[in-house]
Amino acid sequence: MADFVQTLETALAVGSLYALIALGYTMVYGILKFINFAHGDVVVLGAWISYTVAQWCLKRLAPADGPPLWLGPVVLACAMTVCGVLGFLIERLAYKPLRRAPRLNVLITAIGVSLLLQNVGQLDAVFGSSPVSMPALLPNPALVRMSFGGPGSSEVVIGLVDATIFVTAGLLMLALETIVYRTRLGAAMRAVSFNAETAALMGINANRIISFTFVTGSVLAAAAGFLYAMKYPGLNQPAHTIWVLLGLKAFVSAVIGGIGNVRGALLGGFVIAFVEQFGAFYISSNYRDVYVFALLIIILLIRPTGILGTPYREKV
Amino acid sequence: MPLLEIHDLHVAYGAIKALRGVSLNVAEGEIVTLIGANGAGKTTTLRAISALARPSQGRILYGGESIVGRPAHQVARAGLVHVPEGRGIFLNLTVEENLELGGYGRRDGGIEQERDRVYALFPRVKERLRQVAGTLSGGEQQMLAIGRALLARPRLLLLDEPSLGLAPRVVQTIFQVIREINQAGTTILLIEQNARMALQVAHRAYVLEVGQIIMEGAAADLAASDDVRKAYLGVHG
Repeated sequence: MADFVQTLETALAVGSLYALIALGYTMVYGILKFINFAHGDVVVLGAWISYTVAQWCLKRLAPADGPPLWLGPVVLACAMTVCGVLGFLIERLAYKPLRRAPRLNVLITAIGVSLLLQNVGQLDAVFGSSPVSMPALLPNPALVRMSFGGPGSSEVVIGLVDATIFVTAGLLMLALETIVYRTRLGAAMRAVSFNAETAALMGINANRIISFTFVTGSVLAAAAGFLYAMKYPGLNQPAHTIWVLLGLKAFVSAVIGGIGNVRGALLGGFVIAFVEQFGAFYISSNYRDVYVFALLIIILLIRPTGILGTPYREKV
Repeated sequence: MPLLEIHDLHVAYGAIKALRGVSLNVAEGEIVTLIGANGAGKTTTLRAISALARPSQGRILYGGESIVGRPAHQVARAGLVHVPEGRGIFLNLTVEENLELGGYGRRDGGIEQERDRVYALFPRVKERLRQVAGTLSGGEQQMLAIGRALLARPRLLLLDEPSLGLAPRVVQTIFQVIREINQAGTTILLIEQNARMALQVAHRAYVLEVGQIIMEGAAADLAASDDVRKAYLGVHG
């Protein structure tokens, strides 16, 4: 029982990260109908900027009794700002000139941007090519202890770090959900996603909506990168396959939830994390990636539009 | 000075020339209709006016100013509002969200007044505000499309085939509303395959054939002319 609850807790934490990243994939797909392969690299950047800023601040402050509590939010804000600007620039410089080009060209460009970010990130002048250790910005005392009787490990612990992940990710998802489904701007986003040409007839500037979408997705990616670094402080170098897999699993989350659908991305993130974590614990952790991609294949076979994706039919 | 003046407009899709020198004008307060067969270039003309299609040649003056080359959202914000072919309803949004987007480009506030007017014109739309627009019938979607355009407070309303695919009763309602909108002061450029209805409601008309205007005049005169009667009103002999 304790194992089950602990796995559940991990799945929820990992699922929030997948969901945060999946939102960026799904929003861009919803509006521009292409997969922004560089999105996963913005997550990496978010993690590494968090590390860089945290390291710099700690060196300056040299606090005697651990990092001050405000440092975490400041680091997060820096990562979100830098990634937001980067997301804006990526769209402006790489994708906007291709607005009328065939979709395949944009897709290949996205792969190019992804490779560019990975390799520039590896330069010694940028982040370098060795792994680093993210300083602990938060103490990690146990917030909740649950005792279960029975054999084996019988205690489940939820630490402050995981709780921070839940709360931060939850608040960001709620904020996005509110923007997309409860504001005029969100209605305009969904309108552009449905038909950009008709949206222009309403006086909606589609380019501005697209920029906003990229900035929002990148800001969420930065938050995911920060939270990931808090949970797994051993940061691999920017081009490491572990990052590629993280981005890929988030992308799979978006697809199985129904790409283009914001709520689908949230659902997909948690579904993927559950399959991965429970499979790893109860079957074999060697195949953790296999479960994810097997689920993708199954979903694509039985419900190609994803769990929440619905094709719209036009009435004439 | 006419509200809308088009001189020698050419639009091509690749090698296909959709418009080959269309000139027309619409004066303030008029209903002008553009009739013609399928593929004559009616929709292309409207798309060029609202900047969805790029002319290769020609001038479009709106209120005396050239609008060629302006992005579509700016043209819309200037009060030139286009209800596109197939109605252009956002089927994934609710009816209310669709309506609200009609007033998206407005910075003057005061949308409530138009909203009340739309509810009065189309009580059916008001009953269905919370519904997803994809669940509306074709006629309801057309009412929503026109209502949404009114929220933008148009100076010139471009209507592309508002009667397409609708039951005769609904068509009557729609045309009645078109007349009312015009009487309240909005200028209308209407394109229709239903030439009979269009000529009844319009003040003036143009006949478009393979990308060129072949006839123009008062709507009543055109409706009485033998050529139009044979070609577009299905009257023989």
